[in-house]
Amino acid sequence: MNDAAPSPKGSIGLVTTRYFTFAEPPGKLMLVSGQSLSPVTLAYETYGTLNADATNAILILHALSGTAHAAGVHSAGDEYPGWWDAYIGPGKAFDTGRYFVICSNVIGGCNGSTGPSSINTETGREYALDFPVVTVQDMVNAQRHLIDHLGITRLLAVAGGSMGGMQALQWAISYPDRVEAVIAIATAGSLSAQGIAFNEVGRQAIFRDPNFNNGNYYRDEPPSSGLSLARMIAHITYLSEKIMHEKFGRRLQKSELFSFKFDREFMVENYLHAKGLKFVERFDANSYLYITKAIDYFDLKSEHGGKLTAAFENVQADFLVIGFSTDWLYPSANSREIVNALRVAGKNVAYTEVETDKGHDAFLLPDERMEKDIANFLLREFEKIG
Amino acid sequence: MTLELDDYSQKRIAYDLIIQEIPEKSRVLDLGCGDGSLLEELQKLRKIDGYGVEISPEGVSACVERGLYVYQGDIDDGLSDYKSNSFDYVILNQTLHYTKRPRYVISEILRICRSAIISFPNFAHCSIRFGLLCRGMLPKNRLLPYEWHEAPNTHHLSIRDFSRYCAANGYPVKKMSHFSLGKDGSSRVVGISPNFCAEFGFFILDGERFVS
Repeated sequence: MNDAAPSPKGSIGLVTTRYFTFAEPPGKLMLVSGQSLSPVTLAYETYGTLNADATNAILILHALSGTAHAAGVHSAGDEYPGWWDAYIGPGKAFDTGRYFVICSNVIGGCNGSTGPSSINTETGREYALDFPVVTVQDMVNAQRHLIDHLGITRLLAVAGGSMGGMQALQWAISYPDRVEAVIAIATAGSLSAQGIAFNEVGRQAIFRDPNFNNGNYYRDEPPSSGLSLARMIAHITYLSEKIMHEKFGRRLQKSELFSFKFDREFMVENYLHAKGLKFVERFDANSYLYITKAIDYFDLKSEHGGKLTAAFENVQADFLVIGFSTDWLYPSANSREIVNALRVAGKNVAYTEVETDKGHDAFLLPDERMEKDIANFLLREFEKIG
Repeated sequence: MTLELDDYSQKRIAYDLIIQEIPEKSRVLDLGCGDGSLLEELQKLRKIDGYGVEISPEGVSACVERGLYVYQGDIDDGLSDYKSNSFDYVILNQTLHYTKRPRYVISEILRICRSAIISFPNFAHCSIRFGLLCRGMLPKNRLLPYEWHEAPNTHHLSIRDFSRYCAANGYPVKKMSHFSLGKDGSSRVVGISPNFCAEFGFFILDGERFVS
């Protein structure tokens, strides 16, 4: 390889995002809504090497605001490694010395894959709200084209947290003969009413931004205040009450005394604002609308006569499901519901519940036990197909 | 409450009797499976299709490491979802006295299995009786490995207690092999006065006709 910069220990090092385009006219990708997309591009990254039999491939699935950049760095001085760098790399849970790891940006997203900010070839302008509503199932169907393109018939594993976990479950259901194992973390068979409520408040923040202009803002000022407000609201749901208390308490930013003005005084206020501001630099408001909608629509029960067990009836995969004790957006009860349905359907499923203060966000953060359980589960599944 | 990894899996209590009992390729659920060592042996020796439930995170992680499919939670969690006679065997090995709702657990496992293997420390064993009678204290031994204030046990019982319970509830007992441990850790079945002489109760109940 090149000798520019030595890889930090346990890091995959320099990586680049690649692009795969399919469903070019006259072809098209049919969507659950009945609409279609053409052409479709997926941004993706791969880490490690595909073995000769193509039996060591793992597809990583990202959550609401994730990207194809799951591990490693994009340049030598890059301070921000991929979003799941704690788990993907040499010697890590998804050991790139052993497995070929793939991550792609979902359709509807804004980090290289076709989404509302992409150019609609029919009009020569951005899709904006003309972009069709996509579902988790559509995201998975698009990924299936990428997996075909990479020459993989059967994935060793599909893995993800939150919406990534929904995609992982959907993979096992949509393509039962193409998935050996599923790792579904901090996820649910359907989002709770409370979760939908928070998503809707986020969307309303975007809709009501004066710059929103019915989604046609790409050549003007974007609806940044709406998007950052949406992110602030969502961020509250990613943390537990306890971790917020531990991180910020009631501490004030500058002085010990109240200013008796509406300035940002509490540390927690500043934190949320910083999160919101950072988010608008990298995310498109329209994509936020589409992806939260996809999460809201995901419902394995209603698609299978109201029974989660029925949803899993034909799956062949073995499962590792992980829940977190303080996650209230995707409570561990949701994970246990998935696990119980799988148990009753007679499927192989392991369930581990991680004791943590970190809330829903825990799935992105380093955790020794989670790393060990994933590593061991994968190793045993890999040995099984021998 | 999270129990420390119980030492029954290290001591392999009743493993030999259980392995002897279970035929090849059975579908087995081990409730309170600890580190999964019994399920692993059953998989190796009997090619079973095995599942487990365990409350301790360390136990569950050890099971994942062994390639077993185990649910982290209370043993009564999710039992009601299983269809009747889903398992050939349900094992409750050195677990019954820890359960919060033994009545519910026993009736549910009889519904979901064809045979239930239940083994527990016998609280009426002579060592405990003498400890109480002579020293006026609860003995700390392999039957009761805890000080009274550390003990996670919620329901102590004797072999006679359990026999009466089965009779009162109409649970058919297929087999009894009450035993004490030999020096090498193997089970020595006690035929005479088991409620006094056997350290552990060992019952196999017939669950075939319990359905709902």
